[in-house]
Amino acid sequence: MNKVLMQGNKIIAEAAIRAGCLFYAGYPITPQNEIPEYMSERLRQVKGGVFVQSESEIAAIHMVIGASAAGARSMTSSSSPGISLKQEGISSLAACELPAVIVNMMRGGPGLGNICPAQGDYFQATRGGGHGDYRVIVLGPDSAQELADLTMDAFELADRYRTPVMILADGMMGQMMEPVVFKKPKPRDYPESFIMKGAGAGKSKIIRGLILDPLEMEEHNWRLHRKYELIAQKETRHELYKADDAEIIIVAYGTGARIAEGAIKRLREAGLRAGLFRPISLWPFPTNELRDLAKKVENFLVFEMSTGQMVEDVRLAIQGRARIGFHGRPGGVVPTPIELANVIGRLYDRKEGIIDRIV
Amino acid sequence: MKKVFGRPQSMKGNIFHYCAGCGHSIAHRLIAEVIDELDIRGITIGVPPAGCAVLAYNYFDIDMIEAQHGRGPATATGIKRALPDRIVFSYQGDGDLAAIGIAESFHAANRGENITVIFMNNAVYGMTGGQMAPTSILGQKTTTSSAGRENVLDGYPIQVSEIFSLLPGTAYIERCTVNSPANILKTKKAIRKSFQYQIDGIGFSLIEILSPCPTNWKMTPIDSCRWIDEVMSKQFPLGVIKDVPAEAAKERKEREPKS
Repeated sequence: MNKVLMQGNKIIAEAAIRAGCLFYAGYPITPQNEIPEYMSERLRQVKGGVFVQSESEIAAIHMVIGASAAGARSMTSSSSPGISLKQEGISSLAACELPAVIVNMMRGGPGLGNICPAQGDYFQATRGGGHGDYRVIVLGPDSAQELADLTMDAFELADRYRTPVMILADGMMGQMMEPVVFKKPKPRDYPESFIMKGAGAGKSKIIRGLILDPLEMEEHNWRLHRKYELIAQKETRHELYKADDAEIIIVAYGTGARIAEGAIKRLREAGLRAGLFRPISLWPFPTNELRDLAKKVENFLVFEMSTGQMVEDVRLAIQGRARIGFHGRPGGVVPTPIELANVIGRLYDRKEGIIDRIV
Repeated sequence: MKKVFGRPQSMKGNIFHYCAGCGHSIAHRLIAEVIDELDIRGITIGVPPAGCAVLAYNYFDIDMIEAQHGRGPATATGIKRALPDRIVFSYQGDGDLAAIGIAESFHAANRGENITVIFMNNAVYGMTGGQMAPTSILGQKTTTSSAGRENVLDGYPIQVSEIFSLLPGTAYIERCTVNSPANILKTKKAIRKSFQYQIDGIGFSLIEILSPCPTNWKMTPIDSCRWIDEVMSKQFPLGVIKDVPAEAAKERKEREPKS
């Protein structure tokens, strides 16, 4: 497969089609409209492909529930306010153990916010988002290539663990163009026995989230929990950049990590030894990997396009073993690498342990 | 000895948890009988709602996926679009269809999804203990309208079937009730027709069933049946509201030259 230049939103859509996504339902919202537009075209060309422009975000996620139960690889996409609406259905997908992929191209919030790139939905994405005791696998791509790769991986993970998987990116990732190579997707491996298609001559099946007996419901919760523990053990992903000799590590994901890389290049040119720890799986968070890094690095700076959400996971991982600082630009402001480099440069100049307090 | 009456194959045989005099158990049985008669048990998928009928899957012996409150027609849309040759129905109450899920229901109807919606209208929120429903009658006392429903505060009872019949996407809409043997037979006929239309690919059907809720109406089962005749069916008149294939057939017949 050749390298092609494509816009982020379209890359996700094309990757989904190649991964065998047969059902998409969604509702227009900026900055992700190219996903439904692209899916509406492409699904028409695919045998058995279904595109529905739903009446709401809520309807879209519940259509995805139906299609997923009926055995179709299914996806919906939206941006922050629309993802809030979908939470009821995401909770149901988790409860009923149905696979689906949900894309959130985050924008500035809270409320209607704006349509600029932001990372304010980290809590919502990584803590479950809807009601009840559940988790969603959350992947945070930082390049066109990862938009493609992680979208394909998302469908596989959703099937393997029968659980919703979210691609958490932002308006910038969705709107920018970059070269991408689509990898060859693996054939789907999803047991027929999970698919609801009518009882045939056999025993009828029930898919439900309602379990009235508290002890039975408790066991269902523990069973889901054990599954989430297994996911945490096996599916954690992260990437390091110039971390080997670093005196300070920036922790950032997605667009934030791209900005951090630019900042690190500038800092390195000035002789400052900065590196990057980039969580790729935001849930499960690469806790152990970050903790190991804190054995040899004393200074961490968390950078997010929010007032500070992932920083809580960083604190939980590092547990006071190193100093943690924070720089945030919420509300749709995308800072330049120079701004971030300056922030780190100033901290660095103070010398007495770069970050001056433990938070 | 010849067996003349038994449990439909599409029912599991569990004892209904529904209150004495409730319409759900009758409606369940009618649907199951129709599924048996049309021999579609193996290809039918039901979508029960939140509400008293959430446990429908304990009674139907067919594949069932429970929907969140009001989302039945969206979930049914997903199933039907993914598996167009299956028979899909949603089973919804008045709060489910006419309040929290009116958007999902209205738009599934407007898209002409080839599904059947069974709409149980008992003018009250049953499972939660008798609160006012979008279909509560003006003056009807409920736990959230203790002085009786008042239009200035609470709006008017929603005529779901009439409103949906205006949508070009709907093929067949009939309002029935299960308050007497004759009405039960009519209801079964309507359910059967709606499933047959779906099998024939004709499109969206909605069968509204005025259903007694003695517990929350605070009436005896007999009084409840009477109340449907005397009050409820005055607000929600019984009968075929829309039947596109029948109307088309009638038109064709009228246009035929008389020999």
